[in-house]
Amino acid sequence: MVMGELVDEVDVAVVGGGPGGYSAAFRCAELGLETVVIDADGRLGGACLFEGCIPSKALLHVAAVVSEAERAREWGVDFGEPRISLDQLRKWKQERVVGKLARGLASVAKGKGVTVIGGRAVFEDSTTLRIEGESLQKVRFKHAIVATGSAPAPLPGIELRSDRVMDSTAALELPEIPERLLVIGGGYIGLELGTVYATLGSRVTLVEMTEGLLPGVDRDLVQPLQRRVEKLFAAVHLGTKVTALREAGGHVEATLEGQGAETFDRVLVAVGRRARSRGLGLEATGARLTERGAFVQIDERCRTHDPHLYAVGDVTGEPMLAHRAMRQGKVAAAALAGQPAAFDNVAVPAVVFTDPEIAWCGLSEAQAKSQGMETKVAKFQWAASGRAATIGRADGLTKLVADAASGRVVGVGIVGPGAGELIAEATLAVETAALVEDLAATIHAHPTLSESLMEAAESLLA
Amino acid sequence: MPRQFTLPDLGEGLTEAEIVAVLVHEGEVVREDAPLLEVETDKAQVEIPSPIGGRVEKIHVTPGQTVKVGAVLVTFADGATASAPSRAAAATPTAGVAPAAARSSRVAEAPTAPRASAPAGRPAPAAPAREAAPAGAGPVPATPATRRLARELGVDLRTVRGTGPGGRVLDTDVQAAAGAPAGAAPGGPAAASAPAPTAAARPPRPATREAAPPGPAKPLATIGLEPPPLPRFEQWGAVERVPLSHLRRTIAERMTLSATLIPHVTHFDRADITDLDAIITRNLERARERGVTLTLTAFLLRAAALALRAHPHFNASLDPAAGEMILKRYCHLGVAVATPRGLIVPVLRDVDAKPVLEIGRELGALAQRVREGRATLEDLRGGTFTITNIGALGGTGAIPIINYPEVAILGVSRARPQAVVRQGQIVPRLLLPLTLTFDHRVADGADGARFASEIVSLLEAPERLVGDL
Repeated sequence: MVMGELVDEVDVAVVGGGPGGYSAAFRCAELGLETVVIDADGRLGGACLFEGCIPSKALLHVAAVVSEAERAREWGVDFGEPRISLDQLRKWKQERVVGKLARGLASVAKGKGVTVIGGRAVFEDSTTLRIEGESLQKVRFKHAIVATGSAPAPLPGIELRSDRVMDSTAALELPEIPERLLVIGGGYIGLELGTVYATLGSRVTLVEMTEGLLPGVDRDLVQPLQRRVEKLFAAVHLGTKVTALREAGGHVEATLEGQGAETFDRVLVAVGRRARSRGLGLEATGARLTERGAFVQIDERCRTHDPHLYAVGDVTGEPMLAHRAMRQGKVAAAALAGQPAAFDNVAVPAVVFTDPEIAWCGLSEAQAKSQGMETKVAKFQWAASGRAATIGRADGLTKLVADAASGRVVGVGIVGPGAGELIAEATLAVETAALVEDLAATIHAHPTLSESLMEAAESLLA
Repeated sequence: MPRQFTLPDLGEGLTEAEIVAVLVHEGEVVREDAPLLEVETDKAQVEIPSPIGGRVEKIHVTPGQTVKVGAVLVTFADGATASAPSRAAAATPTAGVAPAAARSSRVAEAPTAPRASAPAGRPAPAAPAREAAPAGAGPVPATPATRRLARELGVDLRTVRGTGPGGRVLDTDVQAAAGAPAGAAPGGPAAASAPAPTAAARPPRPATREAAPPGPAKPLATIGLEPPPLPRFEQWGAVERVPLSHLRRTIAERMTLSATLIPHVTHFDRADITDLDAIITRNLERARERGVTLTLTAFLLRAAALALRAHPHFNASLDPAAGEMILKRYCHLGVAVATPRGLIVPVLRDVDAKPVLEIGRELGALAQRVREGRATLEDLRGGTFTITNIGALGGTGAIPIINYPEVAILGVSRARPQAVVRQGQIVPRLLLPLTLTFDHRVADGADGARFASEIVSLLEAPERLVGDL
């Protein structure tokens, strides 16, 4: 029908340019496969770089500096009240952080010979993609890797289209510092962005439907964060639902179940993310979706039910984390190149970049018990850490879960500043099936927070 | 209190099995569902998983031994160390038997996806997405590098006993399990007592994997007719006596049974498959893109399934004791597959309900499982009619023997271009020789001729077979 329709023939077509997609594409190219990435925005980085991990961490760093400066008054150093230039802050985040990384990815792609095509990709069958971009185009491939990621989930039952009601993407644009901000959702996104806005000056009210912040995370780890958040935020309502949102006179009126109506200047909806698996034409292929969540079903080699299609990242399910997607991307690339690769990772670390940070990997105490494992658990309070004292933070905790029978480290949870960095050693321990004794007998630099892992391990051996 | 684990009921007609490998050793603590033994029945080689978690106190069998259903295989000490809340552990040993049998086929089947570590440029067809691991079966303790080595060597880590600290599986354990330089078995006495190339060295299991030495020779089961004694052949020259493998003995027994019991009739016919052959050739590529290797056998199966619908007497069994014919309302077709170990007949389910592409897809997967020795019991039983296609090996015709207790079998030989007279002209046509052997007790020559010609006319009008191409 279309005259002069372009058809490209490639070895691998990667759909989606996020961390899972570009990791897969780079590895495919390294393995000598001709590879294209089709990305709706025509760029590499995805939600992680443009509307997730990276910009949020840039803003959280600013928040950390502000609150650190405030705390410095206790130590006899007064910087005065911070004056925040939003324009400059936005520019720094957008150009110096996000822009720089985006340019870096683009040049890596170029160096590896990976072509990035802008446009919406739709599968016509198991070996053909139609790309609806500036021009209509088709790509025929031997293998495709679906890496379309996820998008913020809307608030069920509430339909208010307004600039004042933001999802995480909009909130990271930092349109203003609203006087009163309602955060709906006490998961990591709501807590991270709530922290940013609260530190920059908003009065933040957080509403969480369940009875605790960070549902599913070890309560021992959540407690120190909860104490801090209750101080930082104007209000935290647990076990509370938002039943209505109404825009009125430049404000948003929110009805909180059991609390009545309250007025806010802006609302952040952070109730989770959902897979971007619809509208891709997957029904024209053999790939199958799960009934719950519409995730693309894969096996441990990241293969879908269609022999031509692989899938990686958020679109394949929880945990929706960039680093899981990146590892899967490399597995998928190696697998379709005929290597015996498998996503057999035991530990996927998770980090909540709040203040204090929370990080964990492997099994929690509760998970280990529910598997019938006899556990030994050590909790090392940072109050006993020299390094924690020197930075004025004694509220941290390092928790070690070991299998009593074998002495293996099966899980670690950490709460405290820098937990996101500290979890790396723990992840290596769990992934390599290290023993508690291995951790205890490894020299840890003094004075550092990493000693807390060694201390926790030692206490189990005693 | 020790618990005894007996050979589970393996299903219809199977009363004994040969122990191929013992995958655990005395004193070892095993998890529920961990592979315990590998046995070979006359149908398949299967892994028997442990019904409970606990310490293996005594192993009562050795490889090569044939055991009857109900015989004690393993005694478990009280499963004190396995504190996992195990459903089976609570059950009595006998009660545990049936679910174990059910599991055995699943366990043998489940690892197919990871095992397909073959050239993955073409992933195994329809690889099922991984199901959640059963509760309690945690990850195998090994570093990522060791896990990669295991995948490269095709070793299923779950079957390897780790000798590292805390039970960690080391590179050397993996190499030993792969049967690499057998050298110093790092596992000491424990590893030594478990045959080194056990179930561990699975995936690239070459098709030539001759089952472990078959052990001492055993007499074939008799069927009432005693064969006369053999002469002393030694008087005419030197001879060698070789024990039959379990599979060979089974084939021998069943063929004797069939040939002795069933009055066989064979009907010959030929199908002009010139058009069908063209259709196959034209669609080869398209089918391949959909992951299917299109073969004549897939069409034969489809044709037979359709013909059986119209001739249910050939989709039946005879119950002489009851004086009844058992007509089967399902159509599961067996396909004879030659393997280096001997003839095996895997079964495709509900062939009459499937389009030809799907038949081709399942046939490909099934034949591969069979050749790799990975077929499960479920793959091999429940057939209602059998097709044996020896065309690849040449010949102009063969008279097959019925696969008891079925009542008919279709033999197919090589198709050859031949001069045929059509409307007074001699034209070259591709003719496929067919031989239908059936049980004269259930059908007569005329029935057989009608059934065969139904198959022929389906093959000659291939548009009736290919709804989905």
